[in-house]
Amino acid sequence: MVAAMWIRSTLTYRASFALTLLSNLVVTFFDLVVILLMFGQVRALGGFSFPEVAFLYGTTATSFGLADLVMGSLPRMGKRVRDGSFDTFLLRPAPVLAQVAADRFGLRRLGRVTQGLIVLIWSLVLLAQSSLVAWTPLKVLLVPVMLVSGAVIFGAVMVIGASVLFWAQDAAEVTNSFTYGGNNLLQFPPTIFAQDLVRGVVYVVPLAFVNWLPALYVLGRPAPDGVPAGAAFASPLVAGVCCAVAGLAWRTGLRAYRSTGS
Amino acid sequence: MGHVLRLYGTVAAGGFRRHATYRVATAAGVFTNTVFGFILSYTYMALWDARPALGGYTQADALAYVWLGQGLITVCGLMGGGFEDELIERIRTGDIAVDLYRPADLQAWWFSANLGRSAYQLLGRGVLPMLFGSLVFDFTLPAGPGTWLAFLLAVTLGSIVSFALWYLVAMSAFWLLDGQGVVQVAWLGGLFFSGMLLPLNVFPGTLGEIARLLPWASLLQVPADVYLGRYEGWALLGAYAFQACWAVVLLAAGRLVQTAATRKVVVQGG
Repeated sequence: MVAAMWIRSTLTYRASFALTLLSNLVVTFFDLVVILLMFGQVRALGGFSFPEVAFLYGTTATSFGLADLVMGSLPRMGKRVRDGSFDTFLLRPAPVLAQVAADRFGLRRLGRVTQGLIVLIWSLVLLAQSSLVAWTPLKVLLVPVMLVSGAVIFGAVMVIGASVLFWAQDAAEVTNSFTYGGNNLLQFPPTIFAQDLVRGVVYVVPLAFVNWLPALYVLGRPAPDGVPAGAAFASPLVAGVCCAVAGLAWRTGLRAYRSTGS
Repeated sequence: MGHVLRLYGTVAAGGFRRHATYRVATAAGVFTNTVFGFILSYTYMALWDARPALGGYTQADALAYVWLGQGLITVCGLMGGGFEDELIERIRTGDIAVDLYRPADLQAWWFSANLGRSAYQLLGRGVLPMLFGSLVFDFTLPAGPGTWLAFLLAVTLGSIVSFALWYLVAMSAFWLLDGQGVVQVAWLGGLFFSGMLLPLNVFPGTLGEIARLLPWASLLQVPADVYLGRYEGWALLGAYAFQACWAVVLLAAGRLVQTAATRKVVVQGG
């Protein structure tokens, strides 16, 4: 209902809405242009060809887009905690997290998901043409599972980041490192990064489960050193654990919340 | 004349102090810029491994470029000037009417405040990510103090061009009321054409030629090339002239739009 309210309000300024929708379509497009420009200069990055990198790009962009669609409003919360307008959420008879997520709900964020899906489909066509992937029913099934688990992992990271805002209202940007930064990281093959960094995104912030590990399996490439082969199928499990941690963080933050009194 | 300068000096100092109070935000920003610097560094290393001397840069130059970009994001407003949201909000709510009655010029007021903000960001968010980057990656450092000074001047000019661009964006709110759409488009333009994602000298053919002529090239590409010592003597003056030309043109355009807006537009609210 809160979301519907914001959709109505967005549509009031039509010209501006058209521009934001367009720019959201274009924002991921520029990421892609950069990759295209890179592949204009080289034939492979870290041993990965363009269709493979496009597959990595499409999977993470779609997952991130879905998470952003639902949870993208969370960083605004810091401002509301600071100026005290967060109190309104506590008075309404609806789950607080759902209300915060729906705050300034942006229909324009559909642009991101659409863009990700288009690239994903394109990469699948390219992969089929170059017959780089030997598809099995398991691999086919793994793609949607990866997209949904990935979205849940990104969403959980966004909730954890928002929970921190109860204490440090100005720290919203840190979450960007893990969400936007993670999205950026996962667009490129793990082979180009230092192996310590790769281990970090497997074991510390489990971003590798968004797409790297399942995608490496789909592409028929070995998992990074020291990562068990079964990890490719662990994404839903990891997503579940992330949700539990996020739920805990959110409830702790909410309990610690003291209104500004203004 | 003296008291006018003193007024704007005070406004600039206020801009500096105001942003200096957001310490947590600065720390968060430094952290984010450092993380992005790492990710970009590795992708650039993969690219320059495959194509050494791409765009006339060595790998060490390309890495320096990455960290300069992260350092200058807020200083030169690559992804937003840091003041336009507030200005647009004042236009939307009608508070701008109060500003227009002040005995100070609107554009000069915001220009001074932004200069103070920019100076703070250079110290707060510019230096630390570069320091972290230099500890981990082997990147090009300027030849000497002269190059650092030349770089600082290019950054100042870049910050002024950025202000002029974002001021124009904010002025559009007089007509569109909700400035978010224009802000997003400007944000995208800045992101891509400033060369933050990929140096403009790597852009191919006509796209590259056009990108290097647009005002956004003043924000990162030109300061970075000055830092890397790619301009010397007359060429350096030419680079400054390029930035200064865009600054003058855009500031004049902002002035024109401001005059048109205050004359024509009905201010919102009571």
